[in-house]
Amino acid sequence: MKIVTIDPITRLEGHGKIDIFLNEDGNVENAYLQIPELRGFERFCEGRKAEDMPIITPRICGVCPVAHHLASTKTLDAAYGVEPTETASKLRELMNCGYFIYDHTLHFYFLAAPDFVVGPDAPPSERNIFGVLKKVGLDVGREIIKHRAYGQRITETFGGKATHPTCGVPGGISKGLNEEERQSIEDMARSSVEFAKFSLGIFNDVVLSNQDYVDLILSDPYQLKTYNMGIVDDNNHVNFYGGDIRVTDQQGKEYVKFGEQDYLDHVCEHVEPWTYSKFTYLKDVGWDGFTDGPRSGVFRVGPLGRLNAADGMATPQADEEYKRMYKTLGGRPIQSTLAFHWARLVELLYAAERAVELATDPGITGTDLRNPVGEPGEGVGVVEAARGTLIHHYKLDQEGIIKKVNLVVATTMNYADICMSIRDAAKGLIKDNNVNEGLLNMVEMAFRAYDPCFGCSTHSLPGEAPLKVNIYDYRKRLIETVQRG
Amino acid sequence: MSKLKFGFYWAASCGGCEIAVLDMDEALLEVLDVADVVFWPVAMDIKYKDVEAMEDGYMDVVFFNGAVRNSEQEHLAKLLRKKAKYMVAFGSCAYTGGIPGLANVSNREEIFDVVYLKSPSTVNPKKIVPRTEVEVPEGELTLPVFYDVVKPLDRVVDVDYYLPGCPPPSSLVLDAVRVIASGQLPAKGSVLAPELSVCDECPRKKENKQITEIKRIVDHTPDPDKCLLEQGFICMGPATRGGCGARCINANMPCTGCGGPCPGAIEQGSAMISALSTILGLAAEKEEGFDFEELLTQLKDPVGTFYKYSLAGSIINRKVKR
Repeated sequence: MKIVTIDPITRLEGHGKIDIFLNEDGNVENAYLQIPELRGFERFCEGRKAEDMPIITPRICGVCPVAHHLASTKTLDAAYGVEPTETASKLRELMNCGYFIYDHTLHFYFLAAPDFVVGPDAPPSERNIFGVLKKVGLDVGREIIKHRAYGQRITETFGGKATHPTCGVPGGISKGLNEEERQSIEDMARSSVEFAKFSLGIFNDVVLSNQDYVDLILSDPYQLKTYNMGIVDDNNHVNFYGGDIRVTDQQGKEYVKFGEQDYLDHVCEHVEPWTYSKFTYLKDVGWDGFTDGPRSGVFRVGPLGRLNAADGMATPQADEEYKRMYKTLGGRPIQSTLAFHWARLVELLYAAERAVELATDPGITGTDLRNPVGEPGEGVGVVEAARGTLIHHYKLDQEGIIKKVNLVVATTMNYADICMSIRDAAKGLIKDNNVNEGLLNMVEMAFRAYDPCFGCSTHSLPGEAPLKVNIYDYRKRLIETVQRG
Repeated sequence: MSKLKFGFYWAASCGGCEIAVLDMDEALLEVLDVADVVFWPVAMDIKYKDVEAMEDGYMDVVFFNGAVRNSEQEHLAKLLRKKAKYMVAFGSCAYTGGIPGLANVSNREEIFDVVYLKSPSTVNPKKIVPRTEVEVPEGELTLPVFYDVVKPLDRVVDVDYYLPGCPPPSSLVLDAVRVIASGQLPAKGSVLAPELSVCDECPRKKENKQITEIKRIVDHTPDPDKCLLEQGFICMGPATRGGCGARCINANMPCTGCGGPCPGAIEQGSAMISALSTILGLAAEKEEGFDFEELLTQLKDPVGTFYKYSLAGSIINRKVKR
């Protein structure tokens, strides 16, 4: 009797558990990704003061606190019926750009690069950021560390803390920028543009110039034909802070476009008894289980979902890279899960370029920081988090106390996709009872591409457990333990 | 001198403490000069089996963030305690329960009800909720069972030091590493942060120690130069340990208390209530027709205000269910 365990899965934010079932021939019958943790945010936010929500909800996720902070603040704007001032809107968007610079740099170099720069089947002891630093050299390493930090500094400049910011208030922001701070942000943003281009260069040299990696990206186990979702501006270009939510189909055509406040007409969540996280799907299409194609309401969010749901990027250099990516991989939409990594770097460039635009906007140092609020009521706030669309929805009583909270987070939206990607990778890679460490890491690569944040998807009750892979034979017995290290 | 061995682990937490470690930026390279990181799930492919195989006391220091909510976290806390010479409760959740500790005002059923049955986006006609053992066509799947309450780390294992903050400021993380590397360790049970309150670090003018009205940030914009508390905003500065540089206050927002109890206080919430009671309505109470009860009604959500980060670690730490 053998048992397969990867315990815990590593280089992601949070925890999970995978069960892989093999049939009589030793091939994969099915695989489940369970989320064994749950926290109580929706429940314990009830009774809190409205203005505490932008402080409390970032603690759902310390990796994407800015996204929660901004979604929460926008929800309060809507609930109090107040438009933020022009300066506040610009500062909030600038903060989200800083956050994307930090988070995308973190994911690409610290979590994903070990698989590409060091190698998917390199010794596990070297498959980490320290191994990456060894490979790329300390000078490049310092650039990586510096630019991840720049993203944090931008947030910190007016957010109080980068993790967790404090400046969001309904109708505006608590602190503005002075000229010195603005100049410093502009410098960091300009440097980040060069760093993003440098990163795309690394991706080009290390991944795209290596036929084995290109074959891996295009290989069957990593393809999924789902709908895609993301926020777009008036020109259907990607936007991280606000706009309409656009969904495209398997051919890349617009399926539906809707405003933030209408999310309940389009987005639903499904419950399974074997996991604490829910599964999001398109209401009109419906839940059709763990299947892709036009009859399954499953959709993807995050870098690839956003780029697939848009017609381009709103800044010139990122738009060029957007076009190059689709040209290289055969047009829109791209169905390959591993292309998330490339899309992430295109977005890193957009975030940096947009940060330069905002930092050089003459209105960014404005002093119109807050508009007075109206009567408390109900509101929805949506932003893009690094890993996908994030929805907050609150009901307030007349004293501005929270009565009801609903949160639909990015990783929940990608959860069904991640389950399918893991299942398909396991099916494609594990044959005839053949399981080894390198293959299991390639199964892990199927979810790592999404940059999932199980902290976010499990905001419902505190408590978590390690991700663990069990492989069962057709008699439902555990058959193998492959442990790494 | 041989290099130290460090481990980092997260339990019921948000991941922000891991980011606080990365936020040391280039100083991270200094840490790597004095220590090898031998366990860090967010960044390294080292598995539990490897930890179990370590000799007892193999790791010099384990920095443990997150509270303890279920049996698996308790198991890991106990395992890591055994493998570490020193155990550091890292961040608010491990220290006092943190914001997730506010879940102690409700229970599992209430949470399930809100999340899986009543959520407006959830379609669940069969009223399915997750179960610990579930038959699927291919076999059985299991999920962990949760404790009914959130516990800080020191209610589960012996803790040597506490590093406060949500998350701890990176400067304090670096100071802690330097102190450990120097071998000049403070007394067991020490909080690895300055013996200051946030007020001691706050640059604002304090002149008129009394409050006649409690104001909310949602309705009012504070004067950026005057003490927030004196303006009527509930600022947790007097009851909260400093070391953070009063960063939230410098963003013109009140301190919400993430640094935990100020030096000398056993409990942060009661320390704040005590501080507030000395200045609330101080001058006005002598005036005719002063209504203290009316003043108190302006104070909303005392649990979420005074115990935002410390409910699970407080003397009264949960709602009692009958």
